[in-house]
Amino acid sequence: MSTPASALPDERRRAIRRDAIGLGIGTGAYALSFGALSVSAGLNVWQTQALSLLMFTGASQFALIAVIGAGGGAVVAIATAALIGSRNAFYAVHMNTVLRPFGWRRFAAAQLTIDESTGMAVGNEDSNAAARYAFWSTGLAIFLLWNLGTLIGSVGAGLLDDPAVLGLDAAGPAAFMALVWPRLNTWSMRAVFAVSMVSAVLLTPFLRPGIPVLVAGAAGIVVGLIASTRARSQESPT
Amino acid sequence: MIWTAVIGASLICYLIKLAGYSVPQRWLEPQVVQRVTVLLPVALLSALVGLWTFTSGSAIEVDARVVGLAAAIVLLILRAPFLVVILVAAAVTALVRYLGWMP
Repeated sequence: MSTPASALPDERRRAIRRDAIGLGIGTGAYALSFGALSVSAGLNVWQTQALSLLMFTGASQFALIAVIGAGGGAVVAIATAALIGSRNAFYAVHMNTVLRPFGWRRFAAAQLTIDESTGMAVGNEDSNAAARYAFWSTGLAIFLLWNLGTLIGSVGAGLLDDPAVLGLDAAGPAAFMALVWPRLNTWSMRAVFAVSMVSAVLLTPFLRPGIPVLVAGAAGIVVGLIASTRARSQESPT
Repeated sequence: MIWTAVIGASLICYLIKLAGYSVPQRWLEPQVVQRVTVLLPVALLSALVGLWTFTSGSAIEVDARVVGLAAAIVLLILRAPFLVVILVAAAVTALVRYLGWMP
């Protein structure tokens, strides 16, 4: 009756797999709209697919196509995507302590280190084997369905003449709003949202394409640092 | 230009992920680094919401997209699933245009 410490009961394995596939289907739906929006922003099907295969971090991908769609240059587009992707480094630091990957697994784990795979691993950290299984199964399920969704979305949108007729140009802001929504749970985050959004719009007539996003983002971060410092000094820690 | 952005950004985003498995942990420990990293996606995505809703080229423009964004916010408050939010936002925008209420 003794099982090795690394063994995971079948039941638990199935439950994790079910959650991973559920998350995969959810992000596949995001990918449909990503593929469609990318094509309407001016990328072709290959460029769109390259982003989902190689970049594989949703918010950065959306940001890159938004900057390109707005006429921004490559450097600004790269900077925006990289800044949004910087959180993955912190996920990776955490996952490194859980997975301790070596050899090729290290490179595979890095590519699969995103919001969802890290979140699922953290949610299963009562057992190291469960956390590992959650990370790999979620990462792989999402990688497959994210890429499949991207392909369907980009090929589908390519068949349309004018995306504006279907209101596809409003799907972009709606997608960003949905991405940012769960994070607007404190007043300081709402202040960041308001300042960044308004200043990006107001700066647009005066700066080269793409630059307003970076300046507005910096303004939002300064406001966020000030607001959260105040909130911390006023509230007692919970 | 687009391929440069696609490949360049993909490479950097991958190296950022790999860095987490490779650099000494203490580099990423300072509290201010962690707080900025939490704020970065919110600030940049919010800026992009504004850009994608209220501008066209280098001009500020208010058109049917605003109605689509408003519909999305209502649905997010109602906790609608992602795809429903996107589809309704697009449909409402298309409808407002079709009825000729806004460009």
